[in-house]
Amino acid sequence: MTSTPKGGYAARDRGWHPPALTPPYKTSVKRSPSAPLLSFPSTLSEETGPVFGHHILGPQDNDLLHNFAAEGQSAIGPRIVVHGRVTDQFGRPVAGALLEVWQANAGGRYRHRKEGYLAPLDPNFGGCGRVITGEDGSYEFRTVQPGPYPWPNGANDWRPAHIHFSIFGHGFAQRLVTQMYFEGDPLIWRCPIVGAIPSREAIESLIAPLDMARTLPMDARAYRFDITLRGRRQTMFENRREGL
Amino acid sequence: MAGPSDETKETPSQTAGPYVHIGCTPNFAGIEGVYPEDLGQRMKIGPVKGEEITIRGAVHEGTGTVLRDAMVEIWQADAGGLYNAPNETRGTADPNFTGWGRSAGDMETGEFTFHTVKPGRVPCPDGRLQAPHVTVWIVARGINIGLHTRLYFADEAAANAEDPILSRIEHRNRIPTLLAKPEGGGVYRFDIHLQGPSETIFFDI
Repeated sequence: MTSTPKGGYAARDRGWHPPALTPPYKTSVKRSPSAPLLSFPSTLSEETGPVFGHHILGPQDNDLLHNFAAEGQSAIGPRIVVHGRVTDQFGRPVAGALLEVWQANAGGRYRHRKEGYLAPLDPNFGGCGRVITGEDGSYEFRTVQPGPYPWPNGANDWRPAHIHFSIFGHGFAQRLVTQMYFEGDPLIWRCPIVGAIPSREAIESLIAPLDMARTLPMDARAYRFDITLRGRRQTMFENRREGL
Repeated sequence: MAGPSDETKETPSQTAGPYVHIGCTPNFAGIEGVYPEDLGQRMKIGPVKGEEITIRGAVHEGTGTVLRDAMVEIWQADAGGLYNAPNETRGTADPNFTGWGRSAGDMETGEFTFHTVKPGRVPCPDGRLQAPHVTVWIVARGINIGLHTRLYFADEAAANAEDPILSRIEHRNRIPTLLAKPEGGGVYRFDIHLQGPSETIFFDI
């Protein structure tokens, strides 16, 4: 595994991330803290974190077309490959990062006990997958492109097609959950969850472009989604004995 | 996109949404047969050193309603104060204790449960000892960016009094929001309040 630099994590830019309270996304109103966050320089408790070995992975964990399908069957929908690299904000590859993904099926229906959207379940699609990045931080999985779905927020709100990502880096301070969107989807710019992000530039970093170079002819289109995690500061001159 | 100091911006956070369990605890969500077991269910993978404890609690929103769709993760040192992580350089942690747990919460009551050990003390970079604590991270529908807090133990008053992080807290009357209360039999209760008069202290770490 690539060596991890010493030193505390660079501070998170909370003007770049969505704030806690974003009223057009209604559920955030009562689930957002009203007191400011308390800052402190990271300690070992934040600079360490669980790291998962490839031994946890089954052979089809990164193949959502087949990992829930009956023998000889496959999920229905537009076949895609999603790939990219996980690096830290200083450009270092993050090797051994666990990515967990989940999504609706091609019709926008999630396989979950509490979900009752009238679009049908696909008997051959579960909607979960996971992958661990290689030495260069790269990852890849295949799936079907998820459909948009309606949700009870405004009277006629629809989520853009999206894939959820949960990411573990090397330190618990890097823990991140986000969503990937698809290039050209007109719903992106109408969505209150996307709109919780303050800047257009930050939103665009969540939109995966179509990647014809990695598209498999007569098989599956490809989308590229690169992920950036927080980085650790260099410590050549760091003297932390006087403070925390 | 290169910034002035050629650093890239962190990928922005988005809510985990109501169906986080499909991806993170699929067996719990009813998707069986993909993974043999849900990650983070077991923190003890053999006989462990130290005092075995159970942490229980629930996440409450601003109206007092309990969240039934949150996912809570914890990360902590072993009984000797060592982390089971590749970048732990002070020694080797208890190999039978992962230090990391994940709980979806009960689908009806929202209550989360962790079967773990009481952590030992971990030093700050300047060498001062922190009080025993557990790092807690919460995501859910309506939470745009995961919330970090810490669980300390109400029965560790002497260590808590000299803890460097707790010492930084200006509003002393809020410190009890970080204290898990012993309920006997090795059970500690830790309720998390996202908003309101008993709002938990959340950290920017």
